[in-house]
Amino acid sequence: MTSKANNNLNWEIIIGLEVHAQVVSNSKLFSGMSTTYGGEPNTQVSYIDAAFPGMLPVINKFCIEQAVRTGLGLKAKINMESVFDRKNYFYADLPAGYQISQFENPIVGKGQVILDMPDGTIREIGITRLHLEQDAGKSIHDSNSANSYVDLNRAGIALMEIVSEPDMRSSEEAGLFLKKLRTILRYLGTCDGNMEQGSMRADVNVSVRRYGEELGTRCEIKNVNSIRFVQQAIEYESKRQIKEIELGNKIVQETRLFDPKNFETRPMRSKEESHDYRYFPDPDLLPLKLSQTWIDQISKSLPELPDDRKQRFCSEYGLSIYDSGLLVDDKETADFFEEVVLKRDPKLVANIVLGDFYGFLNKLGQNINNSRVSSKSLGELIDLISNKIISGRISKEVLEIMFQTGQSPKEIVEEKGLKQISNIDEIEKIVDTILDENIEKVNEFKNGKEKLFGFFVGQVMKKTEGKANPQLVNEILTKKLNKN
Amino acid sequence: MSLIKGLTISQARKGLLEKKFSAKELVESFVIEIKNSKKLNSYISFNFDSAIEKAKESDEKIAKGNARPLEGIPIAIKDLFCTKGIRTTAASNMLNNFIPPYESTVTQKLLNSGSIFLGKTNLDEFAMGSSNETSFFGPSINPWKPSNEKLDYVPGGSSGGSAVAVSANLCLGAVGTDTGGSIRQPASFCGIVGLKPTYGRCSRWGIVAFASSLDQAGPMTRNVEDAALLLYNMVGYDPKDSTSVNKEVPNFKDSIRRNIKNLKFGIPREYNLDESSPDVKNLWEKGINWIKQGGGEIVDISLPHTKYALPSYYIIAPAEASSNLSRYDGVRYGHRVEGGSLEELYQNTRGDGFGNEVKRRILIGTYVLSAGYYDAYYIKAQKIRSLIYNDFENVFKDVDVIFTPTTPNSAFPINAKIDDPISMYMNDLLTVPANMAGLPAISIPSGKDNKGLPLGFQFIGKPFDESGLLNIASYFEEVCEFEDDKEEWWKQ
Repeated sequence: MTSKANNNLNWEIIIGLEVHAQVVSNSKLFSGMSTTYGGEPNTQVSYIDAAFPGMLPVINKFCIEQAVRTGLGLKAKINMESVFDRKNYFYADLPAGYQISQFENPIVGKGQVILDMPDGTIREIGITRLHLEQDAGKSIHDSNSANSYVDLNRAGIALMEIVSEPDMRSSEEAGLFLKKLRTILRYLGTCDGNMEQGSMRADVNVSVRRYGEELGTRCEIKNVNSIRFVQQAIEYESKRQIKEIELGNKIVQETRLFDPKNFETRPMRSKEESHDYRYFPDPDLLPLKLSQTWIDQISKSLPELPDDRKQRFCSEYGLSIYDSGLLVDDKETADFFEEVVLKRDPKLVANIVLGDFYGFLNKLGQNINNSRVSSKSLGELIDLISNKIISGRISKEVLEIMFQTGQSPKEIVEEKGLKQISNIDEIEKIVDTILDENIEKVNEFKNGKEKLFGFFVGQVMKKTEGKANPQLVNEILTKKLNKN
Repeated sequence: MSLIKGLTISQARKGLLEKKFSAKELVESFVIEIKNSKKLNSYISFNFDSAIEKAKESDEKIAKGNARPLEGIPIAIKDLFCTKGIRTTAASNMLNNFIPPYESTVTQKLLNSGSIFLGKTNLDEFAMGSSNETSFFGPSINPWKPSNEKLDYVPGGSSGGSAVAVSANLCLGAVGTDTGGSIRQPASFCGIVGLKPTYGRCSRWGIVAFASSLDQAGPMTRNVEDAALLLYNMVGYDPKDSTSVNKEVPNFKDSIRRNIKNLKFGIPREYNLDESSPDVKNLWEKGINWIKQGGGEIVDISLPHTKYALPSYYIIAPAEASSNLSRYDGVRYGHRVEGGSLEELYQNTRGDGFGNEVKRRILIGTYVLSAGYYDAYYIKAQKIRSLIYNDFENVFKDVDVIFTPTTPNSAFPINAKIDDPISMYMNDLLTVPANMAGLPAISIPSGKDNKGLPLGFQFIGKPFDESGLLNIASYFEEVCEFEDDKEEWWKQ
């Protein structure tokens, strides 16, 4: 082992994430204006969003409900009283010159997210807090013009900032955390989790230390907008910090940006240059007080969450933890599975859904909602397998045609004559033919070369184009070959 | 002139309904008066054409017997209220060209009640000042001055233009806003009635914000009854203002009984200032006697944190203002001075758009909110604010109302204090505590000092007891017999 590799083993990477999740809501946090994505610039802006003189914010109750719902989904403490503060800074896309956010008294306190690690173990990642804040507008710096432009459509849309404890120790864990968080938010319907549209973004805090030492100085990588980039940023940043320290340099606390073209992070501003946001309670808004009755109502309306659903899949359907985990990762997949599994063999359904079905979806770049295979028709396909009308092997072929044409599996089987041959006489005839054609091999088998059994099976399948019922083929071959 | 001199809102309403004169005649009389009184600089913008049109509509409504509560009553609006289609400047270069596309809640209510806006009145820039001298449009001038005096006197501030317009017969009533005394102090200086309601009574929606937790709109009128009439048509819960209070609105006019029998008047010893002029102190003494004569009871009280009110106010108000005024950046509306970069655009715009007093308060506010100073200033000031509130809460267990002078002295000449911010801020010593506690307070003209300048009595009431204040004020209005004997020296 080289000394360098040895050194890297001595380093621990400490990661904490701040996730900005856009709240699913038809209207903005304080102005009641529409939040539809992709409108013409500056068409979804009220006088409040544009900070005209004398305009006042009024809290959107639905956004509060969404934050509470998220807090409950993260098994977190809901704070009965929270405060909206002003975060003051100047920028062209921040019309009021301050962002309404929550600083000292957030709406949601400590919670947790549970990660299923690939080795079967479990990691608990702490949630420090969740608070509500307004999004800013968008500045567009047009390279073809001396002007910059501002689009305020996004200004005032509700965001949840979800802050994790510095509990993650690898880029892999950070990736799993983001995926799990996204799954929970989607189950709850509080954030669509579409990172490419910017409705989920992460600030990544990274520091390194030798095992057993005090925490090192951290750097914050701002506004990373995909899980892959988050992982790449952590890889780069942790290596950079280790290298700096090994060279005898100190890590400077600073804000950095991730450059996805060159897979590296670059300094944005140092601590000294950082803004003094002059937080203070927004005098236009009274402290937000929640009632326990209301929280209880929201709590009752929560859907089954992924961890609970996974447990149920294990106990109710007898699936493995691993398969259950894969199925519940995506709410739509889990819902689809549960539609198909009714009165069918859960293990077979899980294997098909996670195997061939997902294989084709990925290959074709489709998703559950826009593919031509419905839960009903996949169920029919599985019935054909269970009733031994087609073999597992043929089912893959049928499924491919289903994806291509949207036909029902029965139709395809009829049309293409793919029905399994389960007629004993018919199979016996074919077996006899194969044995007759391969007398030498039959003799070799009888002399002890039992491996050849597979060869005979293969020949039968070949002749029947895979349609012969494999169990019957086995039985008949065994019977005939062991006859003198 | 004879038509409108000294005319009150209730008299005008009577005259209109009895068709002694039309709303159009009334408005036209005021237009002439205003044009003849330009020297007082009480209005920033005029709304004459629209006012005359509205007056015709009012006359039709009156003819049909559909008169609304303030039908055809010409009033003036402090130029801090956003008025749809009428330039709204906050007396700042920053909003010199700003025409709001919306109507503030309070002015909308006044429009709905049938009143007519003659124009927008002068004020200290963004309501920051106690003399109206910080206005970008130059100071409004007090119609009162000592006889044979060459100097012009300040009307007080920040609602100076509104006070002048009422005092000089340039409207029947006006609306102002009061953050630290901005209605009561100019009312006192100009010999009129000014009422700051309980925080939350009037919606702040559409009023250019100075210090959000302190700002409150209120009426400025020639007498107490008019204050009740105007107030009634300004207040009410507004879901667009989260700090507005959903509370039943009594008919304030009905509470005016001119009777203080058995009421307990708290006299706070902390309001007996060394800085107060002897005339102010003597008049206060006289007031105490009037209470006794009217069958009221005198209770000596202590509001121990009073002396911290002004310093805390000058932390909280600038802190909020520094943030509220961040939106004036030249990007979306208002004044703009181009620059080579965004930073430069900000610097040029704000450097040119704001006057010195506004800049001073933005600097103070930014400082007290800064990391490392926040706890020592802002948080401490908020704690003091709670203590001040508790002081009032305690004494209101024993008294019905608190009686004080409105200001430590009468109006002063223009330029006398403008270069000395501290002595300027002292004007608000007696008015600021009511804002800090969110309490209603009224100032009424109570007498004159040895120079012949008006002085005011202030009554501070329990939360939402505007009715009680108006009744008490009506009694003093009667016994004070304040005489409006000023000469109309400003007429052209």
